[in-house]
Amino acid sequence: MTNKTVLHHKHIEAGAKMVDFFGWEMPINYGSQIEEHHAVRRDAGMFDVSHMTIVDVVGDDAKAYLQYLLANDVDKLQDKGKALYSGMMNEEGGVVDDLIVYFFEPTNYRLVVNSATKEKDLNWLNKQADGFSVTITERDEFAMIAVQGPNAKAKAAELFSEAQQEAVAGMKPFYGVQAEDLFIATTGYTGEAGYEIMVPNARAGEFWDALLKAGVAPCGLGARDTLRLEAGMNLYGQDMDETISPLAANMGWTISWEPTDRNFVGRSTLEQIKAEGSEKLVGLVMTEKGVLRHGQNVKVEGGTGVITSGTFSPTLGHSIALARVSNTVTDYAEVEMRKKWVTVKVVKPSFVRNGKSVL
Amino acid sequence: MSNIPAELRYATSHEWVRPEGDGVFTVGITEHAQDLLGDMVFVDLPDVGDDVAAGDDAAVAESVKAASDVYAPITGEVIAVNEDLEDSPELVNSDPYGDGWMFKVKAEDVSEVEGLLDAEGYAQNIEDE
Repeated sequence: MTNKTVLHHKHIEAGAKMVDFFGWEMPINYGSQIEEHHAVRRDAGMFDVSHMTIVDVVGDDAKAYLQYLLANDVDKLQDKGKALYSGMMNEEGGVVDDLIVYFFEPTNYRLVVNSATKEKDLNWLNKQADGFSVTITERDEFAMIAVQGPNAKAKAAELFSEAQQEAVAGMKPFYGVQAEDLFIATTGYTGEAGYEIMVPNARAGEFWDALLKAGVAPCGLGARDTLRLEAGMNLYGQDMDETISPLAANMGWTISWEPTDRNFVGRSTLEQIKAEGSEKLVGLVMTEKGVLRHGQNVKVEGGTGVITSGTFSPTLGHSIALARVSNTVTDYAEVEMRKKWVTVKVVKPSFVRNGKSVL
Repeated sequence: MSNIPAELRYATSHEWVRPEGDGVFTVGITEHAQDLLGDMVFVDLPDVGDDVAAGDDAAVAESVKAASDVYAPITGEVIAVNEDLEDSPELVNSDPYGDGWMFKVKAEDVSEVEGLLDAEGYAQNIEDE
């Protein structure tokens, strides 16, 4: 069965080319994914991300539960509305999913997890909740629209009530606030400023139209992928999965090792992997013609690897990639492309931020 | 429905061929093909003077989605390539039958073109895919 978001008819209206995305019929582009990409880097674009799963975790043990469930420590969240990026691991130290958690009170949190892994995630959340006094509730009565780009906040604000404008005034990156009927967060998956907005299903179509009218360009999954890759952000299922440790996926920074007496799922395995050393995720840059692609083989000093995500970067005008390689890697790597080995540069896995190259 | 000009000939691998007279034929990829590939980012063209045989991979059309070989629909010598595609590969998307042409072949045997599909045959070919 194919799922459709409440905005499905809006995509058709806008002339979107629809594709199957893990059981969801979603827009891949509305004409040109490169133009959509540029709209987000230069002005403002929006994405229907209603297929993502919103889960509220409420109860006396909510904090203790999340401290056990997640590799990052929700104790870092002290300000109301503050968000945290984390992986949740299995006992083998692989990534079950990556997610964002918003803090409201020690008894009240909100998670946003991936759509492709929804069933698995909900099962996992419930399984790990054994023995904790928490209630886990999926909130599928909300649609979610990401409005991203240098002019995104100003354009989205045209739709906000006075109270909503006040609620988001001066809000720093990685916060979320419930303001009347909207949950507005300064998060995103593009490397630009902007909001991710949860809006009640009944109002989603009207909200989408108003954003269009405010000059926000509709953008599909194609642009979403090139934007996140330029920003060096992982895609679950591609750059990491249940068989890959966060240490091999540039997610080491999301593991809170301190305090050492906080036990979380997968901790002992990860400690072992850390001590032994693991592969690492690096960025690759190729300025010659051609496009680095997922699955291509990589050779590095003292070892091998594989490209996990590769694309043409519309902002930079050449190809970039993420590759998981032996930790003996130096400044250069070789990639097997169409039966030839091509030398490419190795960089930190981040390419573009706020419209500018960081290479 | 995709635009398939009646005056062109087509290969099942989605190239089109236009007779320019004097045994010269212009080659590009169809609107259907560019639509499947998505935004073009590089086009790797043959060199002028290259000899190509029908069915040889003569060019590479690389889009955001995939790298795809472009095959020579007829045998002959490459006598011109579309240098505008170097800086503007998106012409293949915006005008596949016009400014998005790829290369011109001087045919060894002009009758070879008769073996290619006409518009109707190509439309059927797409439908059967």
